[in-house]
Amino acid sequence: MNAEESYEIRLKVNGRTQHVTAPARRLLSDALRGELGLTGTHVGCEHGVCGCCTVLVDGAPVRSCLTFAVAVQDKDIRTVEGLAAGDGELHPVQEAFKECHGLQCGFCTPGFLMTACALIEQNNDPTEQEITEAIAGNLCRCTGYQNIRAAVRRAAEITRSDKR
Amino acid sequence: MTPQNFGRAIRRTEDDRLVTGRGSFTDDAGSTGLSLTMIRSPYANARILSIDVSEALEVEGVQAVLTYSDLPGRLVEPLPLLIPHPSLVAPRTQYILANEHVRYVGQAIVAIFATDRYVGEDAAERVIIEYEPGEAVVGIDAALGPHLVHEDVPGNVAADHSEHVGDVDTALANASHVLELELNMERSMGSSLEGRASHATWDRHSRKLRIQNATQTPTSVRFAVANILEIPDEQVEVFAIDVGGGFGTKVIHPWPEDILTAWGAIEYDCPVKFTEDRVEHFISSSHERAQRHQIKVGFDEEGRILGLDVDFIHDNGAYTPYGMIAPLITATQLPGPYKLPNYRVRFRSVYTNTVQVTPYRGAARPHAVFSMERTIDRIAAFLEIDRAEVRRRNFIQPDEFPYDLGMIFQDGRPAIYDSGNYPELLEKVLSMIEWDDFPERRSQATPGRRRGIGVACYVEGTGLGPYEGGHVRVETGGKVQVSTGLASSGQGHHTVFAQIVADELGVPFEDVEVVTGDTRRFQYAVGTFASRAAVTSGNAVAEAARLVKEKAISIAADALEANPDDLEIVDAQVQVKGTTARGIPLAQVAVLANPLRYSFSEAARAATQFAGAGDLDEPPVKPGEDPGLEATGWYSPVRATFASGAHAVEVEVDAATSEVEILRYCVVHDCGRLINPMIVEGQIHGGVAQGIAGALYEKMAYDEDGNLQNASFMDFLMPYCTEIPEVEIDHLETLSPLNPLGIKGAGEAGVIPVSAAIAAAVEDAEGFQINHMPLFPSELHEMRAIGVDEPN
Repeated sequence: MNAEESYEIRLKVNGRTQHVTAPARRLLSDALRGELGLTGTHVGCEHGVCGCCTVLVDGAPVRSCLTFAVAVQDKDIRTVEGLAAGDGELHPVQEAFKECHGLQCGFCTPGFLMTACALIEQNNDPTEQEITEAIAGNLCRCTGYQNIRAAVRRAAEITRSDKR
Repeated sequence: MTPQNFGRAIRRTEDDRLVTGRGSFTDDAGSTGLSLTMIRSPYANARILSIDVSEALEVEGVQAVLTYSDLPGRLVEPLPLLIPHPSLVAPRTQYILANEHVRYVGQAIVAIFATDRYVGEDAAERVIIEYEPGEAVVGIDAALGPHLVHEDVPGNVAADHSEHVGDVDTALANASHVLELELNMERSMGSSLEGRASHATWDRHSRKLRIQNATQTPTSVRFAVANILEIPDEQVEVFAIDVGGGFGTKVIHPWPEDILTAWGAIEYDCPVKFTEDRVEHFISSSHERAQRHQIKVGFDEEGRILGLDVDFIHDNGAYTPYGMIAPLITATQLPGPYKLPNYRVRFRSVYTNTVQVTPYRGAARPHAVFSMERTIDRIAAFLEIDRAEVRRRNFIQPDEFPYDLGMIFQDGRPAIYDSGNYPELLEKVLSMIEWDDFPERRSQATPGRRRGIGVACYVEGTGLGPYEGGHVRVETGGKVQVSTGLASSGQGHHTVFAQIVADELGVPFEDVEVVTGDTRRFQYAVGTFASRAAVTSGNAVAEAARLVKEKAISIAADALEANPDDLEIVDAQVQVKGTTARGIPLAQVAVLANPLRYSFSEAARAATQFAGAGDLDEPPVKPGEDPGLEATGWYSPVRATFASGAHAVEVEVDAATSEVEILRYCVVHDCGRLINPMIVEGQIHGGVAQGIAGALYEKMAYDEDGNLQNASFMDFLMPYCTEIPEVEIDHLETLSPLNPLGIKGAGEAGVIPVSAAIAAAVEDAEGFQINHMPLFPSELHEMRAIGVDEPN
């Protein structure tokens, strides 16, 4: 059996365009982690249920383990490495997860951060119900979610105070 | 010592890396080299007739395809039995690759080394294996039947163990009342979001095998790998930088893939990585916790337990790598906070053609607590006495410590409770949940719903030996480097050990940097399990810090020409007590601690040979001293320290859907002195969530042929945030007299009494007995129809 055909794929990740040569079946999660070395995006189940691999594609949370890299060419991809500002200042969701002890082992955390980021950037004053709905597709085995909910609430609060 | 950091909810030092994507989990290690892909058995019990790998070898990118007959040297032996025990009469461990026979769906048969996992899986599809399937033994009933999992293990019995205190037969014969219960608990599993993983590189120049491994016990992985590969320990380095959850599964070692990646790195002279996928985690790691308990209890008119007789069966799956520790914990933790003058327990640990069973957070304590607490609730119902009151009448009292259970605990030492205050725990939790006012609330249930309340108490043996060590070193730049051998998987060790060292040594918290689980930094350790890390490594790093402080004061006393007794260390300065005017920075003491020939900085000149320091008639490093401002401390407890707690829960059950909704969940927890309340509460939140998962959602759904039907997150109902309520927490701090810091373990506690508390609350709501867990709405619906719990 011979090697399969490879494609030159333009991936715009965290504002920077990079070229990846990979077969059509290469998952976005694997391309980010393997080809681009962006290992902050984690893979927890490879069937789109746990949410660890969540990245933002054109601002919306997407499961990178269910997305082929070739399918998101030229789209605006944002990963956990692109959350903090250029000067290293943490994004409100990062700050809030630290402050509220919203993470323990940290494996699911990038997925929660990206999911929460998508929520907060669209709605900086979410209700409890909106917070629950936003993060209800991400699994965490360590925290029991209580401090994650608190962190999302706090991130919204930080975002609102930043805007004043 | 005035604690500046101990006891404070300091934010974690781990988090900056983890929230910015700079964590270092095992699969994050390089993507060059080879990837290991395993082919696993689709049969629960089969003989392997033939394996044809020829087509797989044709796939471009495949380096090698191995079966059992290709394995060299000691790789052909069964994996080590980690914890032998005299009652474990027929231990069995699996081979690295199946040797003629497979005994569970998921057992590894073929190993493929390929350029990446995609290629490996292409090749796997081209391997042809012929099987001769046999009868699968699935579940406890089948294990007690005629078919055998291992041909040479009669009755499928791996272990048969009994212990007793007092005279149970006489106590039961003389009791006013005797009740019998049968209780069943199902399997679940750790399900850490990071699966098992190992990445091995071989540096042929320095002849070092470097292994990053997702393990709770790196030092033990190192010894096991070196032993099986027959290379010196010195050539093997194992480290776990970030581990994405362990929950007991990752204390098991070495996994077949650990050995194969290590061996492959040397054999093929390139990095080799194995990263388990989710299906593999379900079918080829470890499960817990199916047990069936037969209980007979005798008690008096007041509800005091006179005799308790427990006989249970533990389904250990196809292999026993961790020995019989899980059922042994059930047996010895079953008495909980209650006085049992006459207690007898027997268990049989039996083989089935399913995934092996090893401890998962709580480690068979949930079964123990479920048994004891269900029994107490049954006594209360029989005598029509308040459930809380029956507990009060049976508690070990605060003035009865140390309290000897008369049994041998999982560390091979007597189970002697060191301290506790069980009555106060219960009163606190009853007050939190407003137990006495419940009858009024019951009548206010949402229309169409039934409301109930339950309470459960537990005692958990934590912080057991044999030992841990810690190393503390003050650098000449002022940083304090701390290391300990056990690994971290989310417990916040880097933060809490820094809190301990900062206070003991007298330095700012920010100056302390902690490394865990790296054999290059610390070679001797046991591991992270049994809620033991804070107790054992915490006390070890505290001891190391004390030794460093003593040494720093001795060196500073010479430099300052002061009496050591008059010196203290405050804010990283050694000074005459009460004054900052006469002192020397700790960083400068670190310079003086290492007599130099070659200076490397302005400050370091003070330690060079012409600087005029020291007595010229003495050697620069005096006999009995070592250069460097560093020390190693050890903590080896005589036995475990026993933490405790009480949980109370109020639920409503929907009359139409039989869904159980948790209205309030209250926890009172006693783990001795709290190092960091924020982290302890986080551990409790997570534990309770896993407890709720085990009580209401999770089960390993095997069919009769031994196929795990729910081996994915689509079907295995691990809770999302929508299923887990807010947990209300209060603490007691009953110090442990066994260690200088007075601490007890906290890691597992949250999970332990949850099933018992929820069963009690549902029973209270419904009015019929709840005898099994987990409890699904469909079952509850059926039980309502017949008014009794009759699990199938």
